Amino acid sequence: MRKTAVNIEKLSVYYGETPAITNICMDVEDGEFLGIIGPNGGGKSTLLKSILGLVPITTGSIKIYNEKLGKNKTLFGYVPQFATMDKNFPISCLEVVLTGCIKGGLSPFFRFAKKDRDIAFDQLERVGIKKLANKQIGELSGGEFQKMLIARALAVNPKILFLDEPTASVDASSREQIYDLLEELNKNITIILVTHDLMAISSKVGRLACLNENLVYHGKPELNDNIVNKLYGCPIDLIAHGVPHRVLREHGEEK
Amino acid sequence: MIHAIFEYKFLQNALAASILASIVCGIIGVIIVEKKLVMMSGGIAHTAYGGVGLGYLMGFEPMIGAFIFSACAAMGIGFIKRKGGAQSDVIIGLFWSLGMALGIVFIAFMPGYPPDLNSYLFGNILSVTKSDIYLMLILTFIVVFVVIALYNNWKAYLFDEEFAFIIGINTAFLEYLLLVLIAMTVVVLIRVAGIIMVIALLTAPAATAGIVSSKLKNRMVYAIIFGIIFCVAGLWISYVLNIASGAIIVILSVIFYFSMYSISYTRIKAKRKGIAIRQELS
Repeated sequence: MRKTAVNIEKLSVYYGETPAITNICMDVEDGEFLGIIGPNGGGKSTLLKSILGLVPITTGSIKIYNEKLGKNKTLFGYVPQFATMDKNFPISCLEVVLTGCIKGGLSPFFRFAKKDRDIAFDQLERVGIKKLANKQIGELSGGEFQKMLIARALAVNPKILFLDEPTASVDASSREQIYDLLEELNKNITIILVTHDLMAISSKVGRLACLNENLVYHGKPELNDNIVNKLYGCPIDLIAHGVPHRVLREHGEEK
Repeated sequence: MIHAIFEYKFLQNALAASILASIVCGIIGVIIVEKKLVMMSGGIAHTAYGGVGLGYLMGFEPMIGAFIFSACAAMGIGFIKRKGGAQSDVIIGLFWSLGMALGIVFIAFMPGYPPDLNSYLFGNILSVTKSDIYLMLILTFIVVFVVIALYNNWKAYLFDEEFAFIIGINTAFLEYLLLVLIAMTVVVLIRVAGIIMVIALLTAPAATAGIVSSKLKNRMVYAIIFGIIFCVAGLWISYVLNIASGAIIVILSVIFYFSMYSISYTRIKAKRKGIAIRQELS
């Protein structure tokens, strides 16, 4: 039997008096690729952040590999939302990835060893932007920036990778590359991915959780009208898996 | 002027004070600008006035009072911000005016003729004493040491606080430490620029350095250099014209920032145009 990577019991998170998520019960197995979808403001990011310990839990419990939250921090790789990042911060691409190599606590006079640099370069190569290592982050495109954030998360050598909207503000080809990369990574790493974009949830996701304050659905990545209605409150076009279906015709990049 | 520096002790003190102030300004200023803590620094600085007043009332060194009040304001603002439930700019505004109000009340309670507080409010680099220099020296050393010792932790924290937290860096500690460092910086700067104009000295060199360089370490170095230029030039002008040093230094640094800004803006615009024209031709 596979181990349980994340165990969530009756989790509720309130911001002030407003509930962001209520009464969530969910298990994520080791090695799983879980996609969490739902409307904007449905509590997807809040769920992710409460697992990571960034948001205080109001009631309920979260266990990571059967241990209480807060102990197993080095197991986590986190790819935050692109939109929340400061793109003009004076730091180079390599330096960002290197921050993933910093050990916990405070380490006075910590200097990166050659080993750390090797790790950082390996991760940059893995995501395909090794040649951009010495660029300042302000010069990167949306897709490159996102890949750099993934490389940083991987530099931690995590057992669980969390991604918050990894394909928002990313061009079509980068999006494909990122999903291919995630599929490859999923061989060794448990992945939990959050997105509001139904199109982005490709056939690569192993299981799906639909979140709109409550957990509406949790199971195989096959949605029906009933679930989507409950999730978004109104009928919308479904993306059937395996069947090519697009709202808009795909168009290539302008030369 | 150069001849006078060798001759007069007060000018040597003033020169030492400007260099020390520029060093802390450069380092902490870059952090403040990047972390968008400019207004918070303003609040911390103005709260110091209460400490100056208390110092005069109780009969201890006003600069020590300024430091205690700034540090308490820094911790208080940080604590309320962390606990949530109140907007941080509201808290900053309240601390800002409470500090000033306390200062005025303390001075009013003082028996006898009230002291001249202009040098605390507007800065007077020419009146810096030997004991001020020692206090500034200690605080500058602490600030520089803490920033250099934890440089990589700072960088991770400044760029992405959440990620730093997840990899196990103690971000709450770093946040409070940063606020205390800001309080120390403010105390170092009070003598040079005065409580009211501290913000300009904290931001102008750092923001100008931001135009010149896009590397964190270089920005700090440039900000220190700019700071020294502004302070020494301001010192010289204020010596010659006999005007409060703080005002001259602030005017110089703000003018310099805006000229650098407009130069870089026109250059970027011209560059963009050039690229567009080249692309049209090809």
